[in-house]
Amino acid sequence: MNELAQYRRPARNTQPEYLDHGYGSTMLRAPSKPLILLPQTLSEVTGPVFGHDRVQPGDADLTAQHAGAPQGERIIVSGRVLDENGRPVRHTLIEVWQANAAGRYVHKGDQHDAPLDPNFTGAGRTMTDEHGRYRIQTIKPGAYPWRNHHNAWRPAHIHFSLFGPAIATRLVTQMYFPGDPLLPFDPIFNSTADEKARTRLIALFDWETTAPGHALGYRFDIVLRGRNDTPMEK
Amino acid sequence: MSLQMTASQTVGPFLHIGMDWLNNGELAGSGERIVLEGQVRDAGGAPVPDAVIEIWQANAGGRYAHPDDPRGLPTDAGFAGFGRLPTDAEGCFRFGTVKPGRVPGPGGSLQAPHIVVLVFMRGLLKHLVTRVYFPGDPANGEDPVLKLVPSERRATLVAQAAAGRPGVLEWTIRLQGDEETVFFDV
Repeated sequence: MNELAQYRRPARNTQPEYLDHGYGSTMLRAPSKPLILLPQTLSEVTGPVFGHDRVQPGDADLTAQHAGAPQGERIIVSGRVLDENGRPVRHTLIEVWQANAAGRYVHKGDQHDAPLDPNFTGAGRTMTDEHGRYRIQTIKPGAYPWRNHHNAWRPAHIHFSLFGPAIATRLVTQMYFPGDPLLPFDPIFNSTADEKARTRLIALFDWETTAPGHALGYRFDIVLRGRNDTPMEK
Repeated sequence: MSLQMTASQTVGPFLHIGMDWLNNGELAGSGERIVLEGQVRDAGGAPVPDAVIEIWQANAGGRYAHPDDPRGLPTDAGFAGFGRLPTDAEGCFRFGTVKPGRVPGPGGSLQAPHIVVLVFMRGLLKHLVTRVYFPGDPANGEDPVLKLVPSERRATLVAQAAAGRPGVLEWTIRLQGDEETVFFDV
């Protein structure tokens, strides 16, 4: 009775490795010993459950958290959260954070010489609905320099953090923008070897999400691990 | 229909902007109160001041606050079993919680009391998953997950009782090196 249906492991090359020679910060932080393969137990197929009451209605609109409107290009990002079986992940928490339009984060560690925006914090959250859909409004983040290598610039991106139904489905990722000329040069984006897997991190410009006279729309679907239907036999 | 999981990407150095709102270092609940004091160190032994730690555990009776816990044990009102804290300038974090009860493992076994720990930081393209066990717990010797770990590395998963401070446990997460903490591929 304790043989639990397992969340599938990712296909080869569709996830980054811990040690990535292009991304300097991995050198002192990536594990050097092999990970121990752990068949999921009850501890890993469960996980924190967050109710809709944890999120306020305004949390999904990063342009409306201050007295005035933030600088930059207003955008809408929407999509669905699905599992690998194509089923919607319902009522799950999504956290987002990002730089402002000038490429500056509201963070004491960000020393980039670009202006802060008193009308933009860059943090939000939302819950998916019963169809796994979500929608946030924000401004398009700017690119910014970092010290990974000479003349290194991060492409514009929005951080996404998701829980899904279990510890095994926890995911933090980044959403990128179509046509960004920095993408081929970014070691974090390129840390995933499989080109199709990388491409799925790039949102699609989307007329259906675009609000006439108001904001361009982007579609970004997110896939969490899927569970085998049949419990694993030992 | 078969899709592929979205690729993981690092939380980056500014993770606090998006994650601090859910910080919670005190897990209320009935049972044996414990304090878990931890520190994260990198390959050079330097403290990691820009990590976020998440914990997940069962209540004192061994019940997870989750609909897939099938055993019908009582839940503990107000005990969600989840905590999140950033590390401080010295790489340290401190959770107050209760010692979890035992939960089932594979093949009808019972797991020793443990807390699941997730580690996020700049320089990790995927978060790390580990566990912390309780020092001197007689169940550790029969824990099915500890048995998967080479014996010489098991000690990295067991906290130590703090000298002269009853109920306080100390634990170091070493990201790399000879004493590297065991991390799991779940």
